[in-house]
Amino acid sequence: MAPQRHIGDVMLSLEHISLAFGGVKALTDIGFDVRDGEIRAIIGPNGAGKSSMLNIINGVYQPTEGRIVFEGREYRRMDPHRAASMGIARTFQNIALFKGMSVLDNIMTGRNLKMRSGLLAQALYVGPNRREELVHREKVEHIIDFLQIESVRKTPVGRLPYGVQKRVELARALAAEPRLLLLDEPMAGMNLEEKQDMCRFILDVNDEFGTTIVLIEHDMGVVMDISDRVVVLDYGRKIGDGPPDEVRSNQAVVDAYLGVAH
Amino acid sequence: MSASAAGAPPARPADTFPGLLLRHARERGNRTAIREKDLGIWLGWTWAQVADEVRAIACGLAARGFQRGSTLAVIGDNRPHLYWSMMAAQCLGGIPVPMYQDAIATEMRFVLDNAEIAFAVVEDQEQVDKLLEVLPDTPRLAHIVYSDPRGMRHYTQAQVLSFASLQEAGRAFDRDHPGFFDGEVAKGRPDDIAVMLYTSGTTGNPKGVCHSHASLMSAAAGDVAFDRFDDRDEVLSYLPMAWVGDHLFSYAQALVAGFCVNCPESSETVMTDLREIGPTYYFAPPRVFENLLTQVMIRMEDASAPKRAMFHRCMAVARRCGSKIMDGRAAEVPLGDRLKYALGDALVFGPLRNVLGMSRLRVAYTGGAAIGPDLFEFYRSIGINLKQLYGQTETSVYVCKQPDGQVKLETVGTPLPGVEIRIADNGEVQVKTPGMLKEYFRRPDATAESITPDGWFMTGDAGFLDADGHLKIIDRAKDVGRLADGTLFAPAYLENKLKFFPHIKEAVAFGHGRDRAVAFVNIDLGSVGNWAERRGIAYSGYTDLAQQDAVYALVQECIEQVNRDLAGDAQLGGSQISRFLVLHKELDADDGELTRTRKVRRGFIAERYATLVDALFDGRSHCEIDAEIKFEDGRTGRIRADLKIRDVKTVPVAPARKAA
Repeated sequence: MAPQRHIGDVMLSLEHISLAFGGVKALTDIGFDVRDGEIRAIIGPNGAGKSSMLNIINGVYQPTEGRIVFEGREYRRMDPHRAASMGIARTFQNIALFKGMSVLDNIMTGRNLKMRSGLLAQALYVGPNRREELVHREKVEHIIDFLQIESVRKTPVGRLPYGVQKRVELARALAAEPRLLLLDEPMAGMNLEEKQDMCRFILDVNDEFGTTIVLIEHDMGVVMDISDRVVVLDYGRKIGDGPPDEVRSNQAVVDAYLGVAH
Repeated sequence: MSASAAGAPPARPADTFPGLLLRHARERGNRTAIREKDLGIWLGWTWAQVADEVRAIACGLAARGFQRGSTLAVIGDNRPHLYWSMMAAQCLGGIPVPMYQDAIATEMRFVLDNAEIAFAVVEDQEQVDKLLEVLPDTPRLAHIVYSDPRGMRHYTQAQVLSFASLQEAGRAFDRDHPGFFDGEVAKGRPDDIAVMLYTSGTTGNPKGVCHSHASLMSAAAGDVAFDRFDDRDEVLSYLPMAWVGDHLFSYAQALVAGFCVNCPESSETVMTDLREIGPTYYFAPPRVFENLLTQVMIRMEDASAPKRAMFHRCMAVARRCGSKIMDGRAAEVPLGDRLKYALGDALVFGPLRNVLGMSRLRVAYTGGAAIGPDLFEFYRSIGINLKQLYGQTETSVYVCKQPDGQVKLETVGTPLPGVEIRIADNGEVQVKTPGMLKEYFRRPDATAESITPDGWFMTGDAGFLDADGHLKIIDRAKDVGRLADGTLFAPAYLENKLKFFPHIKEAVAFGHGRDRAVAFVNIDLGSVGNWAERRGIAYSGYTDLAQQDAVYALVQECIEQVNRDLAGDAQLGGSQISRFLVLHKELDADDGELTRTRKVRRGFIAERYATLVDALFDGRSHCEIDAEIKFEDGRTGRIRADLKIRDVKTVPVAPARKAA
């Protein structure tokens, strides 16, 4: 079955991005773009600058040089709140969920930007807020169904195994109905079966909701299987960019991964 | 049972399942017939709505060429749409064939081919993929209807269509052919084949057991009368639809009594759903009750000391007098104990029943395998009317049930109304029941082998009727063997005794024709894992844990306990287990080691692990094994291990030994 996915125009482009922390240059003159509806992977060895790249996209870091163009608008700097309201959501390399809250409540927090009523009205659960919360709850239930976590709906996140927590984090990011989803090592620390499940979910999200996905991953096999195009970073520089097959046969990439005699 | 139609049009007597459906739609149209939890909310359909849905499905199938005698595969978890599809097929005089949803594609191929299936109604993408995989080998299969649209957008195969479009086409067909549906229902006869259930088959290919409307309905009606079910009862349908038990409890009895069937959200949420629904009538195989109890016990061990103390004190009272109170023999219990039990009920048993989702339970049944004494006693003593029943696919599970107040652990109860039982010369139990199968599909040879010329069904079980007329089953008649010295050897009897220990999940005993009895053991990862954690024993997974010395010692204790018990039995005392090993992997249906209903396939296991069996008998202290395993996605891998083998103390048979 060959899905006929629709990959559209450039949604996000990063131009001449550099990032330095004091004297340490984390990223040097990096440029690549992300097309609407595609799955774009960023790979590279440890310390290559992959997470920094995601942090620049959603405004946690400000690039020292370069610019970001998101949906035709140019930004010198992004900030996390603006990124979220423009439809960029993310997950983290180290799970950042509220451990004491239930799965359901954690995912509901992902709807926060979409809620209109104020803190007091939300606390009282009356009138229009009640209707609003029901609508949000329904959206959340669709996501719970989608990611097959019904059985842990009411379980505190802290009690769940790691692989399931990762899934809950993805659910929370999806709850914001993002147009662009940033996944920081969604499969780190998972066993083979959990990885396969997560791959399936990422492909399904992309397919069902048309969400554009940028993901960082160490596992080369996974990346090559699910992404449309791959950017390769090494020591803060871009050393490759293109479809998986092309990247795989790129000598610079092979050297970066396998090591080369200097 | 007689039909008393309240509505004006003089309908056919409700002597088929479609007839019953239409009668309920007339008589209790506004009562809830079926519920499903979707997106966290329980949705209900009334009998009138169900009749309407079924009509649309039936017409949709007819529009695509489904005819009288056509077969319809039904594959998936328990879903209203799938139950309705079975009704729809029956409305058209077709035969639904529910299939195990966790079967792999190649296993499905046999049934699809054998039952000449052209139409399939399935739950989701997973099942569609399996059917498409075997499509080249099953050219007849021309219509695959799926109910969950998730992931199905890009399927362009001509065979695949959605449930919604089937029903839409059905409604259009119904408008164009008024009277068609009612006409087809009216053509149904009680002795038409209502359903075909494939037996999992411990040997050879599965056989399609054909039941007529009449046999299933009389079995269901017998049950309904026996336990006084009515349209206010509620059940949770969570066991595989392909299994006769679910077909009887969630389909036949529901249609006869008009009670409400509840479909869980997913197979993982059954416990939560059970608690939310609070069924009044519940069936589970012993292992489900066992898992529940294990969970309760594990959580109790983690509870605070005062709670634990309260639990154990109350349970001691319950063990002393709970069953007697349950059996209505409260008069035999001293007043002090009765008061303590009432207090225990308020503090422990009531809340515990609530946590288990059994607060409203009127009657619970178990069957299909032997149940452990502690397990059985536990549920009865906390006020759950758990009883045993006996029957098989071929008899619509309508042979024996324990009547209220006459519950004995080691028997399966008395013959149900209309059932006759006799014991053949070789010890085999033979029955005549109103729920008797019509035939095995296209297997007159198998039909002739299972039913005697004078009409008795040969169950293949060895057993006897005790002094009170209760049936006691020991083992499969063909499995009962003898050791080399002639001692009686009933492997399932030994295995069951071992499996009653919470630490032992499966056991396989060998010994027929040998000088002694030996066993393979599978530990229960949950229970032994917890035990190991408490003792600070580190392990990396099942294989590692299974081979730890401490675990061997634990299992050895269990086996020695069994041996001590057996020593008191004059007939089976000589078949005590003298050596054992703990297997490096859990026995699995995907590897063919268990049937889909989780019974061990002893012969297959003996062949597959022949080197291990030999090592058990020839006295080695360890043995290497290298075997292929199959993952859930169909890929295979190899697993290699060096297994320890241990000797176990046997106990001389104490009482005056008679030659067995």
